[in-house]
Amino acid sequence: MTKFSGKPQKQVVLAAHFPGVNNTTVWSDPAAGSQIAFDSFRRFAQSAERGKFDFFFLAEGLRLREQRGRIHDLDVVGRPDALTVLAGLAAVTTHLGLTGTVNATFNEPYELARKLASLDHLSGGRAGWNVVTSSDAFTGENFRRGGYLDRADRYTRAAEVLHTARELWDTWPADEVTADRAAGVFTRTGDPGHFVHSGQHIDIQGHFTVPRSPQGRPLIIQAGDSDPGREFAARDADAIFSRHGTLESGRAFYADVKGRMARHGRHPDQLKILPASTFVLGTSTEEAVEKAHHIRRQQVSPQTAILLLEQLWNKDLSDHDPEGPLPVFDPVLDDDSIIKGRTRLFDDPLATARQWRDLASEKGLGIRDLIIEVTGRQTFIGTPSSVAATIDEFVQSDAADGFILVPHLVPGGLDEFVDGVVPLLQERGVFRTDYTTTTLRGHLGLDHV
Amino acid sequence: MSELHLAVALDGAGWHPAAWRDPSALPDALFSPVYWLSLVRLAERGRLDFVTIEDSLGLQSGRYDGLDGRADHVKGRLDALLIAARVAPVTTHIGLVPTVTVTHTEPFHVSTQLATLDYLSTGRAGWRAQVSGRAVEAAHFGRRTFPAFDLASHEEPAVQAHIAELFAEAADHIEVVRRLWDSWEDDAEIRDVATGRFVDRDKLHYIDFAGAQFSVKGPSITPRPPQGQPIVTALAHSRAGYDLGTDIVYVTPTSVANAAEIVTEVRSLGPAKVFADVVVFLDPERKARLDEVDGAPYTSDAHVYTGDAAGLAELLLSWRETGLDGFRLRPGVLPADLSAIVDDLLPLLRAEGAFRTDYTATTLRGHLGLPAAQNRYARTEVTA
Repeated sequence: MTKFSGKPQKQVVLAAHFPGVNNTTVWSDPAAGSQIAFDSFRRFAQSAERGKFDFFFLAEGLRLREQRGRIHDLDVVGRPDALTVLAGLAAVTTHLGLTGTVNATFNEPYELARKLASLDHLSGGRAGWNVVTSSDAFTGENFRRGGYLDRADRYTRAAEVLHTARELWDTWPADEVTADRAAGVFTRTGDPGHFVHSGQHIDIQGHFTVPRSPQGRPLIIQAGDSDPGREFAARDADAIFSRHGTLESGRAFYADVKGRMARHGRHPDQLKILPASTFVLGTSTEEAVEKAHHIRRQQVSPQTAILLLEQLWNKDLSDHDPEGPLPVFDPVLDDDSIIKGRTRLFDDPLATARQWRDLASEKGLGIRDLIIEVTGRQTFIGTPSSVAATIDEFVQSDAADGFILVPHLVPGGLDEFVDGVVPLLQERGVFRTDYTTTTLRGHLGLDHV
Repeated sequence: MSELHLAVALDGAGWHPAAWRDPSALPDALFSPVYWLSLVRLAERGRLDFVTIEDSLGLQSGRYDGLDGRADHVKGRLDALLIAARVAPVTTHIGLVPTVTVTHTEPFHVSTQLATLDYLSTGRAGWRAQVSGRAVEAAHFGRRTFPAFDLASHEEPAVQAHIAELFAEAADHIEVVRRLWDSWEDDAEIRDVATGRFVDRDKLHYIDFAGAQFSVKGPSITPRPPQGQPIVTALAHSRAGYDLGTDIVYVTPTSVANAAEIVTEVRSLGPAKVFADVVVFLDPERKARLDEVDGAPYTSDAHVYTGDAAGLAELLLSWRETGLDGFRLRPGVLPADLSAIVDDLLPLLRAEGAFRTDYTATTLRGHLGLPAAQNRYARTEVTA
């Protein structure tokens, strides 16, 4: 029984993010395994499936990050191609949804649609696509289209790529393949899959080669937080990864995005809102807090502290002592960011610098301790029972439909959540005790298209 | 006598366009993972070097200049590289060589996808690089317009210029993929806690490729794969395709004499291994039935063998005398002709000492007897 007993209990959605190239992934711990060997992905995904998670998620990279014109070497560097790993995971899991990021700027819709539909077939209906866009010429240097995509065009291109992919997925009726030996008819029409798409960014025509996949269309995920990003999600996405991890901001975001859906003729249940979340578990609250601090120190090495500070100051600060005070001068306001290959982190560097200085002087913090304080705090810190209660509360009070969990370690980082928190969510009656469907859309209660 | 290398080429229900209509075929399963896994496991039971998986960026067609409108042939495919990835974790030894088109695809993606396949299979990945010259496939990307051509117009200067451009792009694509594989040195990941560094960035290399169709900066996002260089292969019918910088060239001789000529020409261009493609029907009656339902005798760019396993063994052993390193057999009907290759042909070759009785390596490079691949960017160790 909860205080929300007037409403039927919502079921919690759980997804597992294989952690990648951010400093929150701890590689220096003795328990940290390979970030590239398939066995790490297998063990991580199998742990998620043991916990009856809805889906596994893997991000992608298209260019190694650089800072101050040199390849960034302090975090995990290097990763595999997402869809290829997902196809491999389809072989060693049976129910878990398999989702990944594929960039809509540096891939063409024909290939994207082909690969995602293929993955849906090869996984028996468990495929999902996190649609992202990028605009930077830096990443473009690795690709045919090269160059810069105007920021305003990012979402229009992403939306058009997605709509084109949908048109391609819809070209083969479910009963197109008859394989009727006696009649000598393999497909109902001689050349199935016909399409024509003529739009602002994409002008293609021909025939799609992949028969309709088990889900009809793979799951569509979106992660942007801007106004066009929210609108894109409300219109087109089945799930959204949000950054709103507090109850208050989570509820505001939830209400805003779900409130936009009716205008697009959609029901709020057709979009699952999943804040990205980290967790630290302990047998007592004190133990969890202590562990959380230890992990934060692992995540923010002295070198990383300087580097993160440079991202705000937009300047070489390598002569600063990580244990010493913040720079006395203000951040450099320059369009040419010293960091390449990831999005800008700060909207108003001067204001942020002011806040950081105030906090540092108030608490007497040096650079590293300040960075530990102001960046990447874990979302859930506590005992399994308190974390389960918090998750349940967030979901029942419409701050989220569930969470995408980002452990700090591979491959074992999910295990204690699966062993400790999942059974408590199951006891509360808000999480499945076994899979009741075999497809990702099925797990999320979304209709096949 | 040295051993032959043997691969099989998997395509839909088999290479005969009516193969799916044979009572032994599994036409309802062509888009299911289980179908592909059982074919690859069958080939692995035969201890074959590798399987290739056909693919294209357009519908299957009997015509080069467009679609054929035939509903009585198999249409539709899954992405070959993802099929290979799906099969990799649940097979142990056999090489996996998907077809990936070079013409419209991104060399960066192709490189990381194949490197990832090499990780999934712990060193069994290869690539059949394929040129797409068809106008209908170019229209799927909308970047370029290709002239439609067929065998009759093939020799026209404009068509020849188009083809030359496609092969130049293919060579560039392969070069970029290879450079990206080498762009990480094997020991680039150091996890040095004292200095806080995960990688030694001096061991990551920009590739700085600039070509007519694309420029690629690098380095790869994916660390150097287990084989260093996965095996690059291509089917080729002329000099342009023999000279793409691949490790294996599949050629299509029509006779022993023709095989000898082709082997001499390919060898003059580089160190690539030469495999002859042969379409295989090990049940002549079945072949005749399929020809009849299809309304025409089966033809192919490659030699078509129809007969018993003993005759095929004899053909392979005699063609081998021309210096061929191996064969890529295209089963006419799947799984029937693959089963016959494994159960009937291979014992005869083994009796002649011409084929392995068991795997002696776990990587594709190992099966092929190729040494570890040198990294073009690694500094040469200076020894005193």
